[in-house]
Amino acid sequence: MRKIYDSMEYQPNMQVLDSDLLEQVLDKTKNFNPYQYTKKDVLSVLEKDNLSISDFAVLLSPAAESCLEKMAKKSKLQRYKYFGGNVLLFTPLYISNYCENECVYCGFNCKNKISRSRLNAEEIEREMIAISKTGMREVLMLTGESPTKSDVEYIAKAVSIAKKYFSTIGLEVYPMNVDDYKLLHQSGADFVTVFQETYDSTVYAEKHPAGAKRCFPYRFYAQERAILGEMRGVGFGVLLGLSDFRKDMFTAAVHAKLLQQKYPHTEIAMSFPRLRPYKNHTETNPNDVHETQLLQMMMAFRLFMPFASITISTRERSGFRDNVLPLCATKISAGVNVGIGGHTENEQKGDAQFEISDPRTLEEIHNAILNQNMQPVYTDYINTSLL
Amino acid sequence: MNFITNNNDPLILDGHTFNSRFILGSGKFSLKLIQTVMEYGGSEIATIALRRANADSPENILDFIPKNITLLPNTSGARNAEEAVRIARLSRELGCGDFVKIEVIHDSKYLLPDNEETIKATKILAKEGFIVLPYMYPDLISARKLVDAGAAAVMPLGAPIGSNRGLLTKDFIKILIEEIPLPIIVDAGIGSPSQACEAMELGASAVMANTAIATADDCASMAKAFRLAIEAGRTAYLAKLGRVLDKGAEASSPLTGFLQD
Repeated sequence: MRKIYDSMEYQPNMQVLDSDLLEQVLDKTKNFNPYQYTKKDVLSVLEKDNLSISDFAVLLSPAAESCLEKMAKKSKLQRYKYFGGNVLLFTPLYISNYCENECVYCGFNCKNKISRSRLNAEEIEREMIAISKTGMREVLMLTGESPTKSDVEYIAKAVSIAKKYFSTIGLEVYPMNVDDYKLLHQSGADFVTVFQETYDSTVYAEKHPAGAKRCFPYRFYAQERAILGEMRGVGFGVLLGLSDFRKDMFTAAVHAKLLQQKYPHTEIAMSFPRLRPYKNHTETNPNDVHETQLLQMMMAFRLFMPFASITISTRERSGFRDNVLPLCATKISAGVNVGIGGHTENEQKGDAQFEISDPRTLEEIHNAILNQNMQPVYTDYINTSLL
Repeated sequence: MNFITNNNDPLILDGHTFNSRFILGSGKFSLKLIQTVMEYGGSEIATIALRRANADSPENILDFIPKNITLLPNTSGARNAEEAVRIARLSRELGCGDFVKIEVIHDSKYLLPDNEETIKATKILAKEGFIVLPYMYPDLISARKLVDAGAAAVMPLGAPIGSNRGLLTKDFIKILIEEIPLPIIVDAGIGSPSQACEAMELGASAVMANTAIATADDCASMAKAFRLAIEAGRTAYLAKLGRVLDKGAEASSPLTGFLQD
């Protein structure tokens, strides 16, 4: 039986940063109460160009749901001002699904009896060739959270293979120390995404009963460690619906804002994965996130941080994904296969983490973007350290 | 009487002459619109973000820019002088020519330029034979250093990129126009033709715009409106403005008419 640590306690080999960002974020979000606002408050925030943290809170409120159309108009305007009609495309590639955590909501949970596997270097290269043949130039590599089965050197090797085929390499892997991020950066990766899942430390402890992920502060400081490891951009996200989604969204955005203020050159990205509501369950669970609330969260964030990247998840249906592009989202995955080794004709080696709702190919998504008079963008980044 | 026309009043950048004083940013368009917009705008120079110009991706922006247009590749994405220099060299290797617009930005929120690093990059690239047009915050001292560094023009911002807020830095741009012996090209922040016209009236040598046109309902017509406004502003500048409230009223009878010997 492995030792269960307290969720606020650092485990062995976890680097502790000399930073008070967590205290700052918790302090600025502790009095969040979205139920105190009225429609009038919402309308007055929608008159503003630059939103403060408290303005952002207003847009996350239930009262703002009745102003969704107005919000959409403003959000669309900001989206076009900052990004024009550009839509960045990327493909995720799962290279391993081994995991040492026991997140109660996740398909990769180490107690879940699924088919486990990790791709070797040759298989990784084959997958990457298959993806790059579609025209894709940005890849997001993902692993389950197992530092033993997919150690940093393994990921670094995968990154250096990816460098041959892609101009932009992002990572969604377990949180690690600054030196590890540095190694991955030197191998060619530039963007790191870590989802906090929830910023409510009590719920966090309940949902993450064991494993390295149980450590709330280590996960919280992952983006800052990645920046210190010279990563160029960092991504954030909460699993909407796991806890109070409004408060989680609020805290994630404040986290992103304060980090951007501390490291102004850092590119900021936000993702919006949600737990889908159960059928016949709508009245009982206040944490349910329907498309209305999901869109509200996304647009509120667009207005709060108009310069940040917003990724629209492949968990959502195609009709939703296409329609949020002109309103707020700037980045979309295409040609997605979330199984291990799913991009080549060989048989898939390992099971997927979740089911996707938008199985369209790159070409189909490319055309869907053009049909909205928007512009698919395949490359938006030059890794100058490789020149 | 000789009227001022485009043909006898060219924009000259390091010996290269252009009849149009409207530089079009290509970053926020659907690629298929670029050619039409350039035609309506009469532009002869287009900026492109080199980071978007990937030769082997399904759509390459370079294929959508008409061949008679001079490319002004920018170094967007560079966070310091060294990165800007590398991107500029890559641009030359990719066959994008010798023009380069230096953009060094170390702030992901406001996208304001880092003048100090911009000066460093300008110095290095000018020595390597690039025609360097640095994007900068309108500061006279920095502008002078850019002249010494070998810039071919100076591109001060009117307002933050994409803000469409117009000439917020007007008084400082005026100072540059008065003091700097290079063409002053107002870049960033210009949101409407009237603002472009105003910049030209002040004596700017050219205007660069992107968001204002890309976010219009009818991009091509808006490009045309910008062209006309820029021509109007330029003509007004050369015609020398008469009484403008801004400059204070001029008395119709001489104030010194009392002098006798």
